[in-house]
Amino acid sequence: MTGSSFSFCFKEYSMKLTQHIKDIIRTDHLQYDYVMRDEEGNEAGYYRALDDVDLQVKQGDFIAILGHNGSGKSTLAKQINGILYPTGGTVWVDGLDTSKEENLWEVRQRAGMVFQNPDNQIISQVVEEDVGFGPENLGVPTEEIWERVEESLRVVGMYEYRKYSPNKLSGGQKQRVSIAGVLAMHPKCIVLDEPTAMLDPSGRKEVIRAVRGLNQVEGITILLITHYMEETVDADHIYVMDQGHIAMEGTPREVFSRVEELKTLHMTLPQATLLADELKKRGVNLPDGILTIKELLAEIQKQLEE
Amino acid sequence: MLKFEHVNYDYGQGTEMVVHALRDINLEIHDGEFIGLIGHTGSGKSTLVQHMNGLTRATSGQIYLDGEAIYADGFSMKELRRRVGLVFQYPEHQLFEIDVLSDVCFGPKNMGLTEEEAKEEAKAALKLVGLGEEYYTRSPFELSGGQKRRTAIAGVLAMKPQMLILDEPTAGLDPQGREEILNLVASLREQTGMTVVLISHSMEDVAQYVSRIVVMNRGEIAFDAKPQEVFRHYQELEEMGLAAPQVTYALYGLKNMGLDVDTELITLEDAADNIVGALAKRKAGQKRDEESIASHDILCTEATANEPCGADAAVSGEGKDSL
Amino acid sequence: MIRDITLGQYYQTDSVIHRLDPRVKLAGTVLFLIDLFLIQNVWGYLIATAALATVIHLSRVPFGYIIRGLKSIMILLMITVVFNLFLTEGTVIFKIWIIQVTWEGLRTAVFMAWRLIMLIIGTSLMTFTTTPNQLTDGMEKGLRPLKYLKVPVHEVAMMMSIALRFIPILLEETDKIMKAQQARGADFESGNLFDKAKALVPLLVPLFISAFRRANDLALAMEARCYRGGEGRTKMNPLIYNRTDKMAYLLIFAFMAVDIFVGRFF
Repeated sequence: MTGSSFSFCFKEYSMKLTQHIKDIIRTDHLQYDYVMRDEEGNEAGYYRALDDVDLQVKQGDFIAILGHNGSGKSTLAKQINGILYPTGGTVWVDGLDTSKEENLWEVRQRAGMVFQNPDNQIISQVVEEDVGFGPENLGVPTEEIWERVEESLRVVGMYEYRKYSPNKLSGGQKQRVSIAGVLAMHPKCIVLDEPTAMLDPSGRKEVIRAVRGLNQVEGITILLITHYMEETVDADHIYVMDQGHIAMEGTPREVFSRVEELKTLHMTLPQATLLADELKKRGVNLPDGILTIKELLAEIQKQLEE
Repeated sequence: MLKFEHVNYDYGQGTEMVVHALRDINLEIHDGEFIGLIGHTGSGKSTLVQHMNGLTRATSGQIYLDGEAIYADGFSMKELRRRVGLVFQYPEHQLFEIDVLSDVCFGPKNMGLTEEEAKEEAKAALKLVGLGEEYYTRSPFELSGGQKRRTAIAGVLAMKPQMLILDEPTAGLDPQGREEILNLVASLREQTGMTVVLISHSMEDVAQYVSRIVVMNRGEIAFDAKPQEVFRHYQELEEMGLAAPQVTYALYGLKNMGLDVDTELITLEDAADNIVGALAKRKAGQKRDEESIASHDILCTEATANEPCGADAAVSGEGKDSL
Repeated sequence: MIRDITLGQYYQTDSVIHRLDPRVKLAGTVLFLIDLFLIQNVWGYLIATAALATVIHLSRVPFGYIIRGLKSIMILLMITVVFNLFLTEGTVIFKIWIIQVTWEGLRTAVFMAWRLIMLIIGTSLMTFTTTPNQLTDGMEKGLRPLKYLKVPVHEVAMMMSIALRFIPILLEETDKIMKAQQARGADFESGNLFDKAKALVPLLVPLFISAFRRANDLALAMEARCYRGGEGRTKMNPLIYNRTDKMAYLLIFAFMAVDIFVGRFF
């Protein structure tokens, strides 16, 4: 091996290393209060939606944030996109402090956001024009907009529908268009705030598959906020929110193995995990944190063969 | 009893795209039944229930409520809508009154009750859904999502229907909210003895509650049977964009491994008990087998050492099938 | 059913007129309307009719489709004709009891009907051949000079295009809320005018609330996608005049000049 190629390799490696270490999203003692006002508009008190939240997300990670309604997970999502600013602590997106006004548009471009209601986030009457809306706002040259629109629609598998009216699409398809719309802004990270809550099971599957593709193929950091635990099985890391705090965190396996704790947080575990738990209670020797029926069957199979 | 006879519903006549939303529906719903109506979006399940209370009129066929044809002259649609209560999807979107009590009074008042009578019915209905007096004067728009939904359900209950249809009452709620609403529906049925039709696209949601499942697919009734019998067709259900409960998959998987499990169980506890029993049985069986194999082994090695022994080959073969 | 109502009945086909820059079509329509009010004699009308017929032919929109649009204004048209026919003073042609028809009345009635029909066809031809999006784009760019008069041209155009996107959604929602209230015994059909108006409350309140909620969501979604008004925005479909557009302008002006000259001075 020659010296130059060695140093090249080394440089690439070290670059990867620093990139790996760099957090795309970091929150430090993040706190957020909703101010409640009385009828005259005077401050009547506040409601603390986020309290001392420390979050670290590495570039390329697939992060899931779980929690029941009112746990603060949507408020957290809005902090990352610069829709809300912290009332205490700091949020950095790709090194940018979100509370600084001059960073606002940079933050929103780097951390895209997909919302819950598929109807209320599509702006145009034609799919491709909607996907082009973000790049238009960013001032991207016309030719490049078209390139980005095509590429983004292909990634989410909606290219054939580019000329359609959004009103003719299913819920899952609309959400994929919304994802493409964010993707066309070339973000480093996409925050999805309960993107499947209003969809039927097949729509949910469609959307989750698209999200997984973004993460694995395109290398985009994903923050998936949801209350369906099944959707978090493939995540790198899970945070469970409760009353504005991070109540639990870890890999899916770690988190899912704490069945009783999750039940007290009003989370519904996948039936596979619950069934494994019931079996364990009855003396069957199974490992912790079984997430799918496939895994459960494989484990039992292994034992039968022993 | 509600009976559908050869009901068809088409729309879009005169345009290029005539849609057959319902095709030859024959259905009998008996008093006091608890039915789960399942189908993916666009399968016709919502259209079907809108026929039950006359909001949509069939293109052909007849529907009978307690033996009376609802399309016959002189049959009162208002009376039909009172007797068959329909709670729409996201019912909280229909709230409009200044306070909870007045909103719930809307139905009974439309039925011709006096202010006082309507209030009595409304209070009774609110009690049924677990909203006490402290909610009467609150604005429905200030309530939480779950409370709004309960208010809207009370709005239908206040008309004292003999049959209650709920179109995806858990849509958009978090797990806790879903469970609360499902438990509420089950307790309503126990308290009032109403016939209940629960629309859902989640088998898991309805499996534990209902005694009968009707599956809609492309405007037709695909299955109409007990939950266990419907889940038996889990592969066909998947083709319709639906899925059986995960427990069913687990049980069928284990059965394919050669375990003696009961594939018709629905609750986790029952399934777990059954699996543990099957595993124990298998172990006992294996021990017996091992003993016989041990004696058989000697013969095996003595005869042809290259040939695998029968028992082992069979076990590993079964294992492959199940994966 | 309520959702069968379609707005902006764009007729999808490919023609020279469809491909024209929307600004040309907007300007052409406005100029055509001005022209209609300036011409006074039969020759002027004949030239205008010939021009309109040529554009209809070029647009490939079937004549039957255009005529269908006229049906809705038939009553208005009849009233105008009757009023002009019977109520204009002048040389009497014939008189039955107190009803009289004059030469002047007949002339005004015919011209009025002729003008109205051309006016409707002319404007609807624009909506037949231009998508709502192109139309708002055209308005935004075409009316840009008004920005110096502090008219929020971009915002108005954006509002129009969003309104058009949400009309079908809100119509469907109306249908749904109506059914939900009917399931609670609401009656939207019977009763006198006052009852009917009162019956609309349970429909309108939820509809307004839903519209506000949607507007709020949409504003959030637009902001999250870096929308900050028209400043610094690029266009996916920028409007640039090509040779056909320039030719079209020339033809429109030539037509205007000839028609007004003939229509006023012959």
